Amino acid sequence: MTSHDQLALELHEIRIELSNGACVVDGVTFSVRAGEIVGLVGESGSGKTTTALSIFGYTGSGLRCVGGEVVLAGETLDTPASFRRARGRLASYVPQNPGTALNPSLRIGAAIDDIINDHRHDQERRTRLLQSVELPGDRQFALRFPHQLSGGQQQRVCIAGAIAKKPSLVVLDEPTTGLDVITQDRILKELLRLRDEEHVAMLYITHDLAVAAQIADTIAVMYAGELVEFGPAAQVLRDPRHPYTRGLMASTPDHARGRKLEVMKGAAVGVGERPAGCSFAPRCQQATVLCASEHPSLNAEIPGRLVRCPEWRHTPPMKWSQESYVTDEQRRSDPLPTVLDVEHLRVEYPGRRSASVAVENVSFQLERSGCVALVGESGSGKTTIARVVAGLHPIASGRVILDGAPMADYARKRTIEQRRRVQIVFQNPVEALNPRYSVEAAIARPAHLLRGLNAKEANAEVARLLEAVRLPASLAKRYPRELSGGECQRVAIARALAASPDVLVCDEVTSALDVSVQAVVLDLLRELRTELGLAILFITHDLGVVATVADRVLVLQHGIICEENTTHSILSDPQHDYTKALLAAAPSLSASIEAWESGTGLRSLDEALLGGES
Amino acid sequence: MITLGGPTKRVRWRVLNDWGVRVGAIMLLIVVGIAFFGSLLSSQSPYETAGIPGASPGGGHLLGLDFEGRDVLARLLHGGSSTIILATTATIVLYVVAISVGLLAGYSKSVIDPLLMRGVDVLLSVPSLLVMLLFITGLGSSKPVLVLAAVIVLFPGAARIVRSATLEVSTRGFVEAAVARGENTVAILRREVLPNIIPPIVADLGLRFSWSIILIASVNFLGLGIKPPSPDWGVMISENLVTLSSNPWAVIAPALMIGLLIIAVNLMGDGVVRQLGTSGAGR
Repeated sequence: MTSHDQLALELHEIRIELSNGACVVDGVTFSVRAGEIVGLVGESGSGKTTTALSIFGYTGSGLRCVGGEVVLAGETLDTPASFRRARGRLASYVPQNPGTALNPSLRIGAAIDDIINDHRHDQERRTRLLQSVELPGDRQFALRFPHQLSGGQQQRVCIAGAIAKKPSLVVLDEPTTGLDVITQDRILKELLRLRDEEHVAMLYITHDLAVAAQIADTIAVMYAGELVEFGPAAQVLRDPRHPYTRGLMASTPDHARGRKLEVMKGAAVGVGERPAGCSFAPRCQQATVLCASEHPSLNAEIPGRLVRCPEWRHTPPMKWSQESYVTDEQRRSDPLPTVLDVEHLRVEYPGRRSASVAVENVSFQLERSGCVALVGESGSGKTTIARVVAGLHPIASGRVILDGAPMADYARKRTIEQRRRVQIVFQNPVEALNPRYSVEAAIARPAHLLRGLNAKEANAEVARLLEAVRLPASLAKRYPRELSGGECQRVAIARALAASPDVLVCDEVTSALDVSVQAVVLDLLRELRTELGLAILFITHDLGVVATVADRVLVLQHGIICEENTTHSILSDPQHDYTKALLAAAPSLSASIEAWESGTGLRSLDEALLGGES
Repeated sequence: MITLGGPTKRVRWRVLNDWGVRVGAIMLLIVVGIAFFGSLLSSQSPYETAGIPGASPGGGHLLGLDFEGRDVLARLLHGGSSTIILATTATIVLYVVAISVGLLAGYSKSVIDPLLMRGVDVLLSVPSLLVMLLFITGLGSSKPVLVLAAVIVLFPGAARIVRSATLEVSTRGFVEAAVARGENTVAILRREVLPNIIPPIVADLGLRFSWSIILIASVNFLGLGIKPPSPDWGVMISENLVTLSSNPWAVIAPALMIGLLIIAVNLMGDGVVRQLGTSGAGR
């Protein structure tokens, strides 16, 4: 164990390059105190995982560490042997996907024994360890295999393994990203408890500022391989000074304060294409002429904080609009006609002996230019409903009615008009496009097939649709592999729009995207509703996203609607216990900030850190 | 239809620039050139006895004489086309059948799949050469029977490759999108699935082609395929074993040709996969 005033981790000027010399991580310097949780925040490609792995003396293939110093609990690590000795003992790692991190052929007990390097099977120590992460420590549990545990339990086993040798630092790489919100909440509480009771220092990597706000004492924001802002979480998030931090916050959906997201212009710069001046300058609202030519350094003009922006005084404060739920304002007094009507839907999956019921007695209506959100955890049947509406899965009983006419189960049996009017966009944008066809060919196909446009008309339509999804026309000749995830998803939306549909089914369309890209896609969908009168059936697990897009919300649990109401009512006054649990567990940026402002934050240590080194 | 522009050309260019494809293509051109146009160059007859059986190279006979005293070079130059034509026909027929069956089995997810695949398993459980010999003894040793037998022997493996690649691709979003817009099954298989399972098929194609050459050459070697005195590389290897000690070239030369042909085809197949595989599905 380390003493309280000791630094668990010091990173000095870590620099990691690709083999061609392009810089991936550029001079990252920060430290983690004992008993402190540092949230390392950034979007994909910002270099946060690469930075974290450098602590272990590890770089991914094709990368090499060309400079910098790692000091773990006072020990300077400089040789491969010193790094090897430090792994597990001084620092340990909890990966993103616990399912693949645990050896599927090792029982839990054996896996833990392996880590504590104890082949005498010291059951007592193992039991204590498992109990310390609130897992049953009994023999029965130790004999289970990883696949017999839930995702949350698997992650707890990983955490138990990580703290087994009482390292001074635990690095957690997006440990809750694949988990349901309720499980995520439990894991986060567990980590906070470990920090408070065992004084474990943690480096928590996440793309989600709301999660970081909930768990971190200190926030480190990375952009394009550099630290752009660093400081106590309460200060950084209450008053972000780097325009990127502010941009990230403004594009993070929040269920406690539904609002129109602010969209950062442009896209994150890739490795090797970083501009000469400030990496963020091309996207920055407050960039001066100097920003484009001169690379800014971290300044410490605010005590206790670091900001890589010379214009930090001009960063506008975060606005939390008091009037919430923009979508409610848009509601007109006269009711709009219903486009889609789902009546007493029951859906089954064939099983070995009997069919299992995925959806039971689900009914809802979707109005023209309305948006209904289906919310629930994985396995709640929300995606199944989306597939049924799109004609990809048979109905056991009930009806799906489009403009008064019931539709057949399978798309093939529906009329061409019905197929045209209902379109679906999938979760994984990269898999949604055929890699062998250009963007142009992908978009033109539905226009040709469902609207009977000839090649010339379809080409004109492609240009119009690319503009509608805010993509440059030059993208038409490109292939999916030449596009980013966000661009792929917008092409997939353009392909759906090519049929000029009335109903758009969006199945978790933003869950694979970075927050800033998600903001762009959500903003686009909002505009399409008003521009085209498009009705949207939005499937998501993220209540923040719901607050941003939906008029009405259906909360699903085990295939049954447990609560249905307007977005405002659901989020401000939930009735069903499950909805309450979901809302309580969902992290919210504004709620964390409010807690700090009213001084009711749970983090006692936080205040101690704010007060300096006293 | 919208034409496929730029990047497709880039893929083609990339494939043609691959070292394996280039080396393989040159080797293939040489071997095929010898097999089909070599006969024009040979001044001697492949059938007439020209001297002492098993004479070593020399005296106007570059590769010596075979076990019946015929010129080995002349027989080599005449004897390639039959094997290559048979193997190519077999591979083409094989893939036409295997792709249709594999696509259907992998995509339909109905009763067709287990039925087809269990049939395939039965075929896989019987030694391939035995199946071929059974066919030939039953149906006679005409060229169509040789092709048919090779196709049947090679079909199970090829169909499995196509099916598993199809299974993987057909759960992807773009296939579902095509289903949702009501494309018919043939269009989905042709437009969405087939282009994305090309890399594993090409990788497999090189192997299957080699197998069919080996199978046909083995049958010829056993004397059940192409009958002597027709010149054929497989037949040459078998018949000249008797004079192996006096003129090994009569065996080595045709074996070398078959070997070169197989290496050439596989180099090309691997090269195409190297270039396509990164951008395509199915790996």
